[in-house]
Amino acid sequence: MVFPRQKLLAQKREAAEARLAPLTLPQGGKWITAAREDARARLAATGLPVKRDEYWKYTDPASLTAAQAPEAALYEADRDAMAFADTERLKIVFVDGVFDPAASDELALDGVEIALLSDAAQADLHWARDLYGALEADGQTPVERPLAAFNTAHAAEGVLIRATGKAARPISLVYRRRDAGADVLLHHVLKLEPGAELTVLEDGPAAARFNQVMEADIADGATLHHIRVQGRDHERRTVAHLFARLGAESVFKSFTLTANGAMVRNEAVIRLNGKGGVAHIAGTTVGDGAFHHDDTVFITHAAPGCESRQVFKKVLRHGAVGVFQGKILVEQPAQLTDGYQISQALLLDENAQFLAKPELEIYADDVKCSHGSTSGEIDPVSLFYLRARGIPEAEAKLLLVLAFLAEALDEIEDPDLAEELRGRIENWLRRHTD
Amino acid sequence: MLEIKNLHAELEEDSEVRILHGVNLHVKAGEVHAIMGPNGSGKSTLGYVLSGRDGYEVTEGSATLEGADLLEMEPEERAAAGLFLAFQYPVEIPGVGNMTFMRTAVNAQRKARGQEELSAGDFLKLVRAKAKDLKIEPEMLKRPVNVGFSGGEKKRNEILQMALLEPKMCVLDETDSGLDVDAMKLVSDGVNALRDAGRAFLVITHYQRLLNHIKPDVVHIMSEGRIIRTGGPELALEVEEQGYSHILEAV
Ligand SMILES: Nc1ncnc2c1ncn2[C@@H]1O[C@H](COP(=O)(O)OP(=O)(O)OP(=O)(O)O)[C@@H](O)[C@H]1O
Ligand SMILES: [Mg+2]
Repeated sequence: MVFPRQKLLAQKREAAEARLAPLTLPQGGKWITAAREDARARLAATGLPVKRDEYWKYTDPASLTAAQAPEAALYEADRDAMAFADTERLKIVFVDGVFDPAASDELALDGVEIALLSDAAQADLHWARDLYGALEADGQTPVERPLAAFNTAHAAEGVLIRATGKAARPISLVYRRRDAGADVLLHHVLKLEPGAELTVLEDGPAAARFNQVMEADIADGATLHHIRVQGRDHERRTVAHLFARLGAESVFKSFTLTANGAMVRNEAVIRLNGKGGVAHIAGTTVGDGAFHHDDTVFITHAAPGCESRQVFKKVLRHGAVGVFQGKILVEQPAQLTDGYQISQALLLDENAQFLAKPELEIYADDVKCSHGSTSGEIDPVSLFYLRARGIPEAEAKLLLVLAFLAEALDEIEDPDLAEELRGRIENWLRRHTD
Repeated sequence: MLEIKNLHAELEEDSEVRILHGVNLHVKAGEVHAIMGPNGSGKSTLGYVLSGRDGYEVTEGSATLEGADLLEMEPEERAAAGLFLAFQYPVEIPGVGNMTFMRTAVNAQRKARGQEELSAGDFLKLVRAKAKDLKIEPEMLKRPVNVGFSGGEKKRNEILQMALLEPKMCVLDETDSGLDVDAMKLVSDGVNALRDAGRAFLVITHYQRLLNHIKPDVVHIMSEGRIIRTGGPELALEVEEQGYSHILEAV
């Protein structure tokens, strides 16, 4: 007799087998080939996600797992400038996933080592060897993330960054597109040594289909800021996994702005491993029409006295769909945990949809955890109040939408970056009014 | 200034709920009119219908401001035309700064009237001066609109908006409720400072006390969606002393 569970697993394994069969591992030295083979074996065991997977209940993985990436029209580049233009930064540019040395800055920065995955794969970079695929593999339990394992196995490019001190400038990863059908995998590894400080910026549509993994190992007392802008091209698809492990008294703050995109799944898998760590994962999403955006977050408190925040706000209209799956898992030793989670959607018309699954699982007894999820429309009383003071309807709505997003934008610590992102959202909202 | 003729209004979602049953009112420029009347008689509804709040259906009658048909206009157009409603219950708007709100409003109205917008600096000077007159702490300007304001602070914030927008026709809906004696004086001074030949006020109140500070030219009594009696300031005293019952009986 075949049980449904086994049937599902068989189906997933078949999908993985079919997907992997025509693919050979990228060129590389011994250590990386070992890591890739391991990931490939793990993927063969779990299989690829299918619609019937509980973890993919609200988001159909088909277009992310298909052998062929669906094409995505290229947006005219000048209509919406790339982000962070006014920020002093070290730029690392990828065009359809290929490193562009001419457009990039020299990969040198005080207090930081930077290497390309394609170069490091040939050499023996011991810290990268220890880390590549390690956090991803850890992040496969208790919930499997097969598309991340796929990435570890087959990504041929990415950036490896090791910060030993305070980085003089943010490192800015810029993802440009040229080919309407590019299917791109990038795998980044960040290692912050004790006390190091680094800001990583990401911007750009990247590819027709983009599968990204970022592994961040943040040692005791280190601070990592991460700001990501996923925007522009409407038909692009993205699946991104962010794996972070935090040491004692370390800080990790990650903010993602997503505008447009036919299918975006952003997973964040965070493990607070040392006493007093702080992890804030936040995002705002603005979607109009054929737009599906999924934030899936899993934060594990494994040590006492840590703080985590998840703040996600989505503005949706004309059939756009927003998904939030957020979990706080508090393990038994993690006393005095402070966990906060909020996910909210503002639905600008009755066709838009928000699906949320907030979860708490707590094994420690002395913790403070709260979570909330709401979806609603623009408050008509507030709208009338603003209009009664002479503010035109469109302008009044804009004020209220920005007010709705404020709590998430407040999570960005740098005021200039916060203002820039606020401005981008405002521009987007002005372009997308009735 | 404001001319209301035979105004009938009911709830949009339930036409069984008829609230205004033929209101007639003529407020001339330079005048102050007071409206008193029992709870639920339709005073606030009149203010809402004039300013264009959704949810009410005007079934009969008209309302014009300096000859322009108010009922045809969007709420923001009515405001730009010079109508102002100080809300009985000012709305809290988390996430929108009080200052941003007021500057956006002032500039939107200036724009609608073809005037140049005020720079951030000029606006700041203006708002600081007006806030000081009303004893509104600068810190309150930084907070989100009405969030965490006490009842009296909200009412003073309404008057601050009025002072900034300099409307022609001001409807004040129970602006005195929730005010302590000193605040009542401040708010009244704020209103009196704006009194001039080109401006008119419609003051909705339950208490004669406010009318000691803001002396009305005309007092109306509203009941069941109609103005049932109109008189001079002495009518307010009569209400204060004897209540509404004898007035209602007399009709
Ligand atoms: N949106 C609404 N839904 C249901 N009933 C309403 C609504 N708006 C007004 N009413 C009813 O219409 C009547 C008039 O209300 P309104 O608020 O205008 O009275 P008011 O004279 O301002 O009273 P008060 O002195 O208590 O402020 C009341 O019976 C009220 O319940
Ligand atoms: Mg009322």
